[in-house]
Amino acid sequence: MEEGRSERTVPSRRWSDRKEKQMPRSEVDWPNEVTYLQILDADGKVDEDLEPDLPKETLIKLYKTMVLVREFDAARLRLQRQGEIGTFAPSTGQEAAQLGSICALKDSDWFVPSFRETAAQVWRGAKLENDLLYVAGFEEGMALPEDTRDLPISIPVGSQVPHAVGIAWASKMRDEDTVTMCYFGDGATSEGDFHEGLTFAGVFEVPVVFLNQNNHWAISVPRERQTASKTLAQKALAYGIPGVQVDGNDVLAVYAATKEAVDRARDGDGPTMIEALTYRMGIHTTADDPTKYREESEVEKWRERDPIDRMRVYLMDKGHMDEDDDEAWREEAKKEIKAAIERYRDNVPDDLGSMFEHTVAERDPYLERQRKELMDYWERAGVEVGH
Amino acid sequence: MALELAEAEKGKTETVEMNVIEAINRAMDDEMLHDDTVLILGEDVGKDGGIFRVTDGLMDKYGKERVIDTPLAESGIAGTAIGLAVNGMRPIAEFQFSGFSYQAFHQFESHAARMRKRTQGGITLPLVMRMPYGAGVRALEHHSESRETYWIHTPGLKCVIPSSPRKAYWLLRASVRDPDPVMWMEPKYLYRRGKEEFEVGPDIGIDPLPGALIEQEGDDVTVVSYGASFQVAAKACETLEEEKGISVELIDIPVLSPYDSETVNKSVRKTGRCVVFHEAHRTLGMGAEIAARITEEEETLFRLEAPVVRVTAPDIIVPLLTREMAYLPDQGRLVEAVEKVMDYGS
Ligand SMILES: Cc1ncc(C[n+]2csc(CCOP(=O)(O)OP(=O)(O)O)c2C)c(N)n1
Ligand SMILES: [Mg+2]
Repeated sequence: MEEGRSERTVPSRRWSDRKEKQMPRSEVDWPNEVTYLQILDADGKVDEDLEPDLPKETLIKLYKTMVLVREFDAARLRLQRQGEIGTFAPSTGQEAAQLGSICALKDSDWFVPSFRETAAQVWRGAKLENDLLYVAGFEEGMALPEDTRDLPISIPVGSQVPHAVGIAWASKMRDEDTVTMCYFGDGATSEGDFHEGLTFAGVFEVPVVFLNQNNHWAISVPRERQTASKTLAQKALAYGIPGVQVDGNDVLAVYAATKEAVDRARDGDGPTMIEALTYRMGIHTTADDPTKYREESEVEKWRERDPIDRMRVYLMDKGHMDEDDDEAWREEAKKEIKAAIERYRDNVPDDLGSMFEHTVAERDPYLERQRKELMDYWERAGVEVGH
Repeated sequence: MALELAEAEKGKTETVEMNVIEAINRAMDDEMLHDDTVLILGEDVGKDGGIFRVTDGLMDKYGKERVIDTPLAESGIAGTAIGLAVNGMRPIAEFQFSGFSYQAFHQFESHAARMRKRTQGGITLPLVMRMPYGAGVRALEHHSESRETYWIHTPGLKCVIPSSPRKAYWLLRASVRDPDPVMWMEPKYLYRRGKEEFEVGPDIGIDPLPGALIEQEGDDVTVVSYGASFQVAAKACETLEEEKGISVELIDIPVLSPYDSETVNKSVRKTGRCVVFHEAHRTLGMGAEIAARITEEEETLFRLEAPVVRVTAPDIIVPLLTREMAYLPDQGRLVEAVEKVMDYGS
């Protein structure tokens, strides 16, 4: 087993054991290849032959975003514990898988997230204060900037996969030079939507990249109990789509594999699925208690492969940063978060009426009557209803 | 308790004090002891004990073969539950939230609901599809809906929603024994809100699913509710009695389908007034059916002294957590509605 790969992959089924009990058969030729890519080893040492050509500014921006989002998770957890915001799904441990991949996209490409892609969202320009508004329970945080090509998060697991395929399909129909990237977890690969989406992508050869973050857990269900498939990448093969594995805590490998897949899609050569082997280092969401179902020793092992630590070693070895930079950037991140929290607090809406906006384009008279009844009621009760 | 020990004491009954979560857990526990074809399957129901801890401890007691952590695939859960029921098991399938049961919608609609018909009674499906529903727990998008209408609207499915720990215990056990598929919706707002004392025991006698339950007799107005809303309605009725001197007949309809309009209409003939209270959307919510059954029965319709009034959530997507309590119908709205029907025409 290669360094950095899952300790607990599913054992190969020993189908060969039954060969003498079967009639002689001829082999079927099919592309049953799944490859694995790692560029930074577990300690952050780079394989120079494979090192991608990323400019210093991009590398530093990647590192700073990793640090920012790690700090943001910690800040959100504090706010959640104080009751100021609701539950959310942290990115901690998966920063390289998200950022190494999202940085291979152009602004004009489409980004289709699941619900754990805060790091990728921030890279795409999402404002922290909007995220806070959303998790605090205000729809206002979901408003999209003009002409964005990001979809909102998708909570029903796997349901976004066919959307990404449709978006990419439209790009192809309209002869646009854009690629769509779709994120989802290991658990999502069990859902029907995943399989139907990949089936369409394969048949219609659309320019989409499926970025699977195999963080080894779907709440309490470990990867090896999620599917008897030895890898998740091989699921793509069944749909005529190449499937590759990368070390998901190695930002360079994730970038290199994604860049190849994005280029391939852009060149009109069809979809790719990337299985980024990573780890959910913390809770599933704030409602979760992992001590019920997993050993701390497993978490420890993955902590040694922390994607941020590995990138720091790499950047220091390259002379792109030193300890002082690290300290300064961390402080910068904390300041940025503090400012975002303040901006969020300054902009907390105080009206109720907006709950009636945006369900449909125009309210019919009966819905309007319901709105009036409810708002009149709250006004009589002395609540500021706005609108 | 170890399984052998529990087996030995199966005949015993005891009085317990439990919240809704504990009651549902105990109902499944007792039903599994009582009948060894009963099994539980769903996401995170085993080792984790369910994300709300509703199945806590059951895997340790009954093993991984009977309390099964499934892959993340609701259509797979519903479809295999149907197959398990076809082949002699009594599955209790958990859907983590009712909002994620739709991934299995076609299994409910096209198969669970129709197997009896399609085999002319040859294959029946004694299975329970459990799912938490409802707002008020500061959850995320898709986690707060009250869409029982989907199941009520589907012939061949039963739909049951308990409103207290005691009812949760008794009704769940009756649902497991019911010969037809039961869509069992759990008011997660009530999960840990208040305990109740009641009798339990694996071999205790269990009545079949009931009709409408008159929880409090009264003369002036009939208030019908169910699930989490029922508890809000009960509080409002106290206020109405104590502060306004209005005598309310309060009815719980834990079995929404089949709906027992006989009991409700009889009450309405007595009081001449009816207010329905639920957190489901207004349009085609249960209130629509209750009102329709009243008006289509002349002997009840002509006794009405005021129009039937529905106090419900509006026809909008459930707002995120800061506005959800304002979206949910509350006591005050029910009190106002009851006063309005009392004043009607005067
Ligand atoms: C269709 C559906 N079923 C169940 C859930 C509840 N749920 C939320 S996240 C999750 C596990 C997801 O696992 P995975 O796809 O591996 O993503 P991860 O959380 O690890 O990022 C579950 C079961 C859901 N959101 N949607
Ligand atoms: Mg996962």
